[in-house]
Amino acid sequence: MHPALQGLITIVIGVGGCVGYFYFSNFLLDRFLLPARAFTAAETAARRRLGLIFLFALPTLLILALYLSGTGLSGIASGWGLFWLLVVLALIFGLWRLTGFVFATGETTAGHNISHANMIRPWLFLLPAILALGLYLTYPVFETLRLSLIHRNGGVGIGNYTFMFGEQKFWEAMRNNMLWLVVVPAMSTAFGLIVAQLTDRLSWGNIAKMLVFMPMAISMVGASVIWKLVYESRPAEVEQIGVLNALWVGMGGEPQQWLTLPVWNNFFLMVVLIWIQTGFAMVILSAALRGIPEETVEAAIVDGAGPFQIFFKIKVPQIMSTIVVVWTTITLVVLKVFDIVFTMTNGQWGTQVLANYMYDKMFRANDWGTGSAAAMVIMLLVTPILVWNVRNARKEMR
Amino acid sequence: MAGLKLTSIDKSYGDVDVLKDINLDIEAGELIVFVGPSGCGKSTLLRMIAGLEKITGGTLEIDGLVVNDVPPAQRGIAMVFQSYALYPHMTVFDNMAFALKLAKLSKDEIDTAVRKAADILQLTPYLDRLPKALSGGQRQRVAIGRCIVRDPKVFLFDEPLSNLDAALRVATRLEIAQLKESMPDRTMIYVTHDQVEAMTLASRIVVLADKGISQVGTPLELYETPQNEFVAQFIGSPAMNLFAGEIVATGERTSIALEGGHGVVQSAYPSQEGDLGAKVNVGIRPEDLALTDDPENSYTATVDVQENLGEVTLLFFKPDSPGAEPVIAKLPGIHRGLKGETLNLSAAPEKVHVFRDGISLLYRGT
Ligand SMILES: Nc1ncnc2c1ncn2[C@@H]1O[C@H](COP(=O)(O)OP(=O)(O)OP(=O)(O)O)[C@@H](O)[C@H]1O
Ligand SMILES: [Mg+2]
Repeated sequence: MHPALQGLITIVIGVGGCVGYFYFSNFLLDRFLLPARAFTAAETAARRRLGLIFLFALPTLLILALYLSGTGLSGIASGWGLFWLLVVLALIFGLWRLTGFVFATGETTAGHNISHANMIRPWLFLLPAILALGLYLTYPVFETLRLSLIHRNGGVGIGNYTFMFGEQKFWEAMRNNMLWLVVVPAMSTAFGLIVAQLTDRLSWGNIAKMLVFMPMAISMVGASVIWKLVYESRPAEVEQIGVLNALWVGMGGEPQQWLTLPVWNNFFLMVVLIWIQTGFAMVILSAALRGIPEETVEAAIVDGAGPFQIFFKIKVPQIMSTIVVVWTTITLVVLKVFDIVFTMTNGQWGTQVLANYMYDKMFRANDWGTGSAAAMVIMLLVTPILVWNVRNARKEMR
Repeated sequence: MAGLKLTSIDKSYGDVDVLKDINLDIEAGELIVFVGPSGCGKSTLLRMIAGLEKITGGTLEIDGLVVNDVPPAQRGIAMVFQSYALYPHMTVFDNMAFALKLAKLSKDEIDTAVRKAADILQLTPYLDRLPKALSGGQRQRVAIGRCIVRDPKVFLFDEPLSNLDAALRVATRLEIAQLKESMPDRTMIYVTHDQVEAMTLASRIVVLADKGISQVGTPLELYETPQNEFVAQFIGSPAMNLFAGEIVATGERTSIALEGGHGVVQSAYPSQEGDLGAKVNVGIRPEDLALTDDPENSYTATVDVQENLGEVTLLFFKPDSPGAEPVIAKLPGIHRGLKGETLNLSAAPEKVHVFRDGISLLYRGT
């Protein structure tokens, strides 16, 4: 079958499945489980019995049948078999506890049924997301943790970590990551703020904004290719095709291999990410700046504030929480930075970063344990910032 | 001390003229109130005085100096905005101190000035709070405090009470009146929609309409001798009744026959020979109408709706044509069972206003 057709079918099944799931689950809830009408005591009792059979017996039989047809009787005896059996039992226990909530005892009013249905409904919508996230996010976290504790030679323990901490390349990656962490969010946010403020009152401000925002639409790999050309170097006798060297030679310098200059090359890589992220910062901060009440600015003018005082003492403090959210969001991107380093230097000449280090270990050295350990370190660094970011974003919304 | 002089001030946004040829002399220590229908340019005029809007034409003088191109902070003005415009990230203290800090006053001076203002406005317990932790009335007072600390020559208020509830509005209105009394030499300009605020606070009211000034005068001047129909109907509530009519006798006093056979009324306003037969509008305030048995010199009509408010009774008379504004009479005390009755109402001749072409006969030729 043609791949495009396959893709189309996947989309149809996926979207159709989602719509079907939401439609039928809500239909079931409103029509059969908790219809919007009152019940007598006898009716609730009958519905409760019926419900128990459905919620209890049917899933049990279904799961058992599936399970047996898959592994045979012997499967139950193994460790995994017992584990899954426990999961199924927990599930049934949970459902059983729910019956009390869904089918009350005694008479119920229509209002009771509607309010209970509305308490269940959010979970219907959340369920697919929770399952998918559990499968694709939570499980890998634990699997990575497990892998990071298994040494190449089969030993179990923190050997991978001690090995990694003893490696000079790891500390180089760590140091570079910290450097990125300080420079990129600060520069992106600062540039974003300046551009947002300066373009706000210009007639061609929107065009300027669009140009600054455009790099956001380019993938990191694409951006790296573009910037690699900017940093391109040719022998002195030939004409330079890299913009930076063309300028440099034009000013009388010798052509440089920019990406191999120690320490500086890190900054040349960071420029790429700043170039990309400034657009993001600008869009968010520009919206925030527009949200500042005009009258507070006018009050400051009457109070005698100049343009700089208005910007730094009135405007910036009022959008501080947005600045923090932008800053931390970019920080998260920076901690995971991989593509730019991978495509431009691949971590050579002292430009290694954690994500590329992890990739190196995992897929080039085939050292799954150390790679997983690096992944865990990245996760540990990201988590607190992530939590803080979500908190701030929530505060922002209130 | 600080008078203002507005000389043929114009304002336009592109092709749109908002204000034209505004001339106004404000003496030091006055409390001037701008009133007018929504969109007539009250805020625009105030903001031009503040320096927040460019003046398109004419000159603005404060204290004898032309300030057209002087930045707001150096005009010696302070402004209270409708939405208070407090700096949300600063405490009450910092809000009030901001201007003084910008003026590079010493810490002690700032502290003294802010605490003094906070004392006057009973804000001392709240100095460390952020604006969001204050009630509407308290925010309002912080906004006023921010002006007081700067000790300006001119205070500008743009509908400062419109965000407060009715009870608080009355209380704050009194506080503003007291504030004015405690600073007799400071000039205040106050924009409002509220007639009661205008009547109670103003030393003079400026009625703006139709891109210009309609009338300037003390509250009672505007009430007793409105210059034109617009001011007559704008000041007072319920609005002044207007009757179409024709002058039937001229001289020291004028008699007018009301259209629709509602009778003949006499006004104390003088008219000239040539006015005989002229179409005019007669204006009588609802509260100036009184019941009478005498069908001479009175307005005769049938009561359509009666509203008993206890202290007064409002009578709405059947309009001559459907949809026209009904004539309203406001009688003191309780009157029962007047609905459907045909009544005679008279007014003292001094209270009968006569407008020819929209202008009061009293002001003709001026
Ligand atoms: N920036 C602008 N561009 C064009 N027209 C404007 C601008 N600002 C105000 N106007 C117009 O000027 C007129 C006067 O506005 P202004 O805000 O002074 O009215 P106002 O008397 O204060 O009304 P309100 O009582 O509703 O506050 C309005 O008709 C408005 O449409
Ligand atoms: Mg206004």
